[in-house]
Amino acid sequence: MQTFDIASQGLRALNSTLHALKDRPTNQTEWEILNPKGAHAIAVGVDAPLDITVRGSTGYYCGGMNKQATIRVQGSAGPGVAENMMSGSVIIDGDASQYAGATGRGGLLVIKGNASSRCGISMKGIDIVVHGNIGHMSAFMAQTGNLVVLGSAGDALGDSLYEARLFVRGSVKSLGADCIEKPMRPEHLDLLADLLARSEASEKARPEEFRRYGSARKLYNFNIDNASAY
Amino acid sequence: MCGIAGLFLKDPKLEPQLGALLADMLITLTDRGPDSAGIAIYGRPQKGRAKLVLQSADPATDFRNLDAELANVIGGTVASTIRDTHVVLAVDAASLDAARAAVRILRPAAHVMSVGEEIEIYKEVGLPKDVLARFDIAHMAGTHGIGHTRMATESAVTTLGAHPFSTGPDQCLVHNGSLSNHNSIRRDLIRAGMTFETENDTEVAAAFISHKLQEGATLGEALEATLTDLDGFFTFVVGTRNGFGVVRDPIACKPAVMAETDQYVAFGTEYRALVNLPGLDSARVWEPEPATVYFWER
Repeated sequence: MQTFDIASQGLRALNSTLHALKDRPTNQTEWEILNPKGAHAIAVGVDAPLDITVRGSTGYYCGGMNKQATIRVQGSAGPGVAENMMSGSVIIDGDASQYAGATGRGGLLVIKGNASSRCGISMKGIDIVVHGNIGHMSAFMAQTGNLVVLGSAGDALGDSLYEARLFVRGSVKSLGADCIEKPMRPEHLDLLADLLARSEASEKARPEEFRRYGSARKLYNFNIDNASAY
Repeated sequence: MCGIAGLFLKDPKLEPQLGALLADMLITLTDRGPDSAGIAIYGRPQKGRAKLVLQSADPATDFRNLDAELANVIGGTVASTIRDTHVVLAVDAASLDAARAAVRILRPAAHVMSVGEEIEIYKEVGLPKDVLARFDIAHMAGTHGIGHTRMATESAVTTLGAHPFSTGPDQCLVHNGSLSNHNSIRRDLIRAGMTFETENDTEVAAAFISHKLQEGATLGEALEATLTDLDGFFTFVVGTRNGFGVVRDPIACKPAVMAETDQYVAFGTEYRALVNLPGLDSARVWEPEPATVYFWER
């Protein structure tokens, strides 16, 4: 295992070291990062099949734009964790701050604690599994992908939602504009079983315990009857 | 942006380190607010005494012989401690109001930073590490304190525009965000008898809370009222003689992290501000919920 100590080697050196592994086959795939101390932009823009463990809590944007790598944070993550992730996975052992997984296009984000507001905002294909609760305005304008919440959701879930699928096991404080509950079909149970298994959550929840929410598709086109409202 | 650091000590053994701990937290938040910095330190009160902190752009002139001149007007003993552009004037508690009125006449160009039995506010323009060093904050003891690093948005980069704002005895407030209805709230508060030193939105929030406290509200009630009456973005951290409170607006865009152990309650705009606190690894760390009031009192 390769060890990188941010306290002595610095954040910029960490990211340029990880970036240098792009398109370069290596057997040095396991990395541990010491002394994150809430620093911003840890392991951002990685594009290699690495297995990275961050020993502590991170600041803004950890694992942002990730491609291919598996990044685990043994602590909590600040705002914008795994923002715009493309592929690979990011696993947070603790809590995540606001807009976790925002605009993510692919890959899997697992948050073992709670996520705060705006989780999965504008997600575009990422899968997000939160073992705890999520805050208000989560999945705002979410386009594709799946958001799975083992706990409860805050206000205005899925406001102005497009085609992302939202699965919540606990209560939903309120649904946002154009977000409605939809029936669970067999393919959704299969999808959930797979996501729960891949996110270390199979022991905690069963697919049948979730309810599904999605877009009513009423905001897709301008309704001429509303013209006087503008 | 802006950065906030707050520390409310439960364990008296940490009191000698209060200034050092807070200074470290604030310096970490320099890149959230490099234009000015300020800090409110609450120390153990001296029986029968109170403090008035003045700031002057010309301390050599304004602070010369001020203690003797003030004692002539208000009687009793006046002790002065000069720290860079600020002076702490210790007076008899009973003559605090008289002292405040007297310094307005004796030194009209100086500004009152704080009055009270425990509070001392120091703030200036400049990088946080430089500002904190000028006042030697790292060697100050106390029971609780609140600091701020400012990136100005709503008003000019000046000493008076820096935080904390104090609008009542032993009260202070720091703010991350910007208010949109501060002008109308300021007008209401002026009609109710509050006075203002600046055009700053945060001073309005501080005066709003001070006014509620004057009307008999508890700290918790005063903080609740900000959620209904103030419009805009805010994370507020508030100090009183014996209390420490936190509230975030319902949208909660402005980041906030809190930590609690048997020894302290700490607030940081970001987690990295907390990392050097003793025992943080075993602390309860959480993000304060939107539109939820948190406060601690001793």
